[in-house]
Amino acid sequence: MSDNLTVEVVSPEKRVWSGEATMVSARTLEGDLGILPNHAPLLGVLVDGLVSIKGVDGEKLDFQINGGFISVSKNRVSILGESATE
Amino acid sequence: MGAQLRIYRRRMRSVKATKKITKAMELISASRIVKAQQRVSASSPYATELTRAVTAVASFSNTNHPLTTPHENPKRAAVLVITADRGMAGAYSNASIKEGDQLIALLKERGLDVSAYLVGRKAVNFYRFRSRTIANSWTGFSDNPTYAHAKEISDSLISAFLADSSVELSGVDELHIVYTQFKSMMTQTPEAVRMLPLEVVETEVPSGLLPMYEFEPNAGEVLSALLPRYVEARVFNAMLQSAASEHAARRRAMKSATDNADELIKSLTRLANAARQAEITQEISEIVGGADALASASAGSE
Repeated sequence: MSDNLTVEVVSPEKRVWSGEATMVSARTLEGDLGILPNHAPLLGVLVDGLVSIKGVDGEKLDFQINGGFISVSKNRVSILGESATE
Repeated sequence: MGAQLRIYRRRMRSVKATKKITKAMELISASRIVKAQQRVSASSPYATELTRAVTAVASFSNTNHPLTTPHENPKRAAVLVITADRGMAGAYSNASIKEGDQLIALLKERGLDVSAYLVGRKAVNFYRFRSRTIANSWTGFSDNPTYAHAKEISDSLISAFLADSSVELSGVDELHIVYTQFKSMMTQTPEAVRMLPLEVVETEVPSGLLPMYEFEPNAGEVLSALLPRYVEARVFNAMLQSAASEHAARRRAMKSATDNADELIKSLTRLANAARQAEITQEISEIVGGADALASASAGSE
């Protein structure tokens, strides 16, 4: 099993960011959610707000996501938002 | 300068000026096609992810959603026709409008009323001139649509779809889109597709089985959040492809206009040269004739 997550942040107009990460945290309708490698497959609706991604080299990236959702499967995390800005 | 020659020169000047304009438009469109194509491909990761997600929810839960359920007794259908705001693009807008008319005729055969939703000034003018009713229209962004535009259009269409057609006049039971598919630089074809009720089409079948997803908060709510996004993404994609097609059609139309102007200039140049030569010949024969007349007159007087 790989130790990292492959993360994509996508908006309808373009792919905003993609890369490797060690952790992704976001807030769904049910509450805060942290995703580490080997998370169970998940599809969740996000509330408008920040999604933070912790990159492999320890840097932390924040994205403002509006009207979005998150999908996780096999260490691939896709964050889709109607608007996604850093 | 003779009158004939002057007229030819004047026409050449005007054709040359037109050629400059068409040439410039051709070059502008050529550069915009590339940009429009890039936007189409830039929007595809989102569409792919969305399709995957919708497929996942749809295949793991048998939740019925109003957007996916066909109406038992459809009364009215909405047709969204996407055209250009500006002309000078050959048959681009007309082809789309014609495709829309065929679809409307087909729907009427099935006994459905049709309400028209239009994008682009060309379609609006076409409908207004024939005093057809327009349910809603959007103009001003056909060559450079943004997601916000697509969202605005989808919102209006989805709310019409969700309204009860037997009670409200604005309600529709089906939604069709007519747009121009961008196949390649040279080929763009008008295309009519049924959008709602939704059939989720998986263009690329994902390898292997889809994983067992957990849903947050639950499958039904995820689906109702996803489906409108899905419709928006499809509308957005149709608009982007139409924009790319518009630029391609305009480039082609302007290229042939430039070629025709070249041709015209060539034949006018020939005519002008002939006129100039004829003028010179005439002048010479006039001078020679005049000199002859003078010579014979003075010879007679001696």
